[in-house]
Amino acid sequence: MSRCAAHTWATEGAPELIELAAQGFLPSFLQQMISGAAAGAVFASLALALVLIYRAMDIANFAQGEMAMFGTFIAYALITGDFGLIGTKLGFLQVHLPFWAAFALAVIVSFALGVLIERVLIRPFEGAPLLTLVIVTLGLFSIVNGTAGLNWGYVFKTFYSPFPSDAFEVGGIFIGKQDVGIIVVTLVVLAIVFVFFRYTRLGLAMRAAALYPEASRLLGVRTSWMLALGWGLAAAVGAVSGMMVAPIVFLDPNMMQSVLLFAFAAAVLGGIESPLGAVVGGIAIGILLALVGTYVPGGQNLRVPFGLLVMVGVLLVRPAGLFGHIEARRV
Amino acid sequence: MSRLLAPRNRFNLIAGFVGLVAFFVIPNVTDTFQTFEWAQVAAYAAAIIGLNVLTGYSGQISLGNGAFMAVGSYTTALMTTRLGVPYPVTIPIGALLAFVIGILVGIPALRLRGIYLALATFALALTVTPVLNNFDKFTGGHVGISLKPIHPAFGLPLSNEQWLYFFDWSLVLIVFVPAWLLIRSRTGRAWMAIRDSETAAVANGISLAYYKTLAFGVSAACAGVAGSLLVINIQYAQPDAFSLNLSLQLLIGVVIGGLAYVWGPILGASLAVWLPFFAERALGAKPDIGFGLFLIAVVFFAPNGLAGLIQRVTLRLHRPEGGVVAIPGVMEATPAEADQITT
Repeated sequence: MSRCAAHTWATEGAPELIELAAQGFLPSFLQQMISGAAAGAVFASLALALVLIYRAMDIANFAQGEMAMFGTFIAYALITGDFGLIGTKLGFLQVHLPFWAAFALAVIVSFALGVLIERVLIRPFEGAPLLTLVIVTLGLFSIVNGTAGLNWGYVFKTFYSPFPSDAFEVGGIFIGKQDVGIIVVTLVVLAIVFVFFRYTRLGLAMRAAALYPEASRLLGVRTSWMLALGWGLAAAVGAVSGMMVAPIVFLDPNMMQSVLLFAFAAAVLGGIESPLGAVVGGIAIGILLALVGTYVPGGQNLRVPFGLLVMVGVLLVRPAGLFGHIEARRV
Repeated sequence: MSRLLAPRNRFNLIAGFVGLVAFFVIPNVTDTFQTFEWAQVAAYAAAIIGLNVLTGYSGQISLGNGAFMAVGSYTTALMTTRLGVPYPVTIPIGALLAFVIGILVGIPALRLRGIYLALATFALALTVTPVLNNFDKFTGGHVGISLKPIHPAFGLPLSNEQWLYFFDWSLVLIVFVPAWLLIRSRTGRAWMAIRDSETAAVANGISLAYYKTLAFGVSAACAGVAGSLLVINIQYAQPDAFSLNLSLQLLIGVVIGGLAYVWGPILGASLAVWLPFFAERALGAKPDIGFGLFLIAVVFFAPNGLAGLIQRVTLRLHRPEGGVVAIPGVMEATPAEADQITT
């Protein structure tokens, strides 16, 4: 479960930044904040995916990270032409797409897979008890992880970054272009999700179906399909997080597992129903982890426990998170 | 006597008899590897009995019971290697420590329900390995702690594996009996009342704080015993053994065995240990895909787990009139509870 690359990444930043960081407290502090924010942006997009599914059907999707990992493998295959076992068996698809074309295709394929998963595996369990749904998403976790492992193997693969590896220099502070790129991509994704839900009929229908399923059905919204779209959308958003993190932690079937924990912590911190909260929470957690990893002795090992502390702390002090609203229960 | 011959009790008697025969036959007909794996089943069974108390009876989801196993494991490992304490003495101490830690975890858990408890315990499960690695001066870190193998006591003519088998299963019995008595007592009824409706339980004067934390403590104590058995079996304690996978195996075991069924944990533990093994044989590769599919199939076709499935089948066989057990006024009862009410 523990994965060294993912654990150390946020605190170390891009490799070339490490040497640059040794120049006094304030510049190094600010650089930690920025590379932390980039790590946080990855948590944020996965947290956003979790929130989308939570809003649609009140469950935590433990397979979200694995679905993101699978989407990343699809992009990897489209870029390198390495389709793994299926590729060698069938001997076709010698494609070598540029990064952004593969990125777009992987997002679309992830969307389709998300819809398919909802239709085939989740739909039979609509309205089932919480524990059943937890078990189903854990089963899905195993299936997706095993499928990727069977097809591509468990050897770490290089996933090239679309961003240059050098840094901007602003007043003595070095800002990695990769970090900036990750943050920008995340903000663009958030903006698209926001516009979709706020300004399109379909987005409105999805919100209605999540909030008032009965009334929406009476008004002609196909609520069951709205859930499937929610899964598709979440899978697409999650895939973005996978493709952003893969150049840094290397690609393998287990790469998203620690990211998933921090994404959960981010979703809880932001308020598990709030998409904006997920993004703010993700970036906050990224920055906090970078600072803990740098300035707390033994902080490298304590990143995961710190995620637990944040999660439990938030739930005890302010269960609704930063942006959620307090739920009144009728008894 | 007629009570004993009621369908449910007749079923329990037969099942108990078959189980007892199997218990003594297994270590004599299996090879050393299989005997050892059945001893591992015992370790998982102890932990899953505890999780059944927590999730099955008191209704609190835990994805993190592996953490309590780590407490038992490291208590045994450290006390035997550092202080030279014999294994059997370390087990109750590990269980007691795990109980205390379970209570400490149970207190904040009081304020979390449903999905939030699942998330927090998920994070707890992920926390164990890095924490054990971090305090490497105390725990030995990545290197782990090697333990001495256990040999048959009293000069019994048994192989090491056979001795482990009997040793582990006697401890399962020591865990099982008090847990079972607790479930059948006032405490158990309070747990079930809380599980079915917290509001109704409070209205009837049941203290949520007391019973819910107690469930965490009991569950952790069982897991502590299981952890001790685990390191005694494999003679090695290492942080990576307490990964998320361990906790998930426990949860999966309790669910496919049958939540809130007395025999569920034993069935669940057998499956948790043997299923990956057979899946690996059948598929050749990593067992994950088959395992995941099996899991989803079980919750779909047998939502009450295998114990529920077996009971449904045998009750059908024993009741010529057939049909569902009708319980006036109780809409959502598992067949096990339905049977308790009707008999």
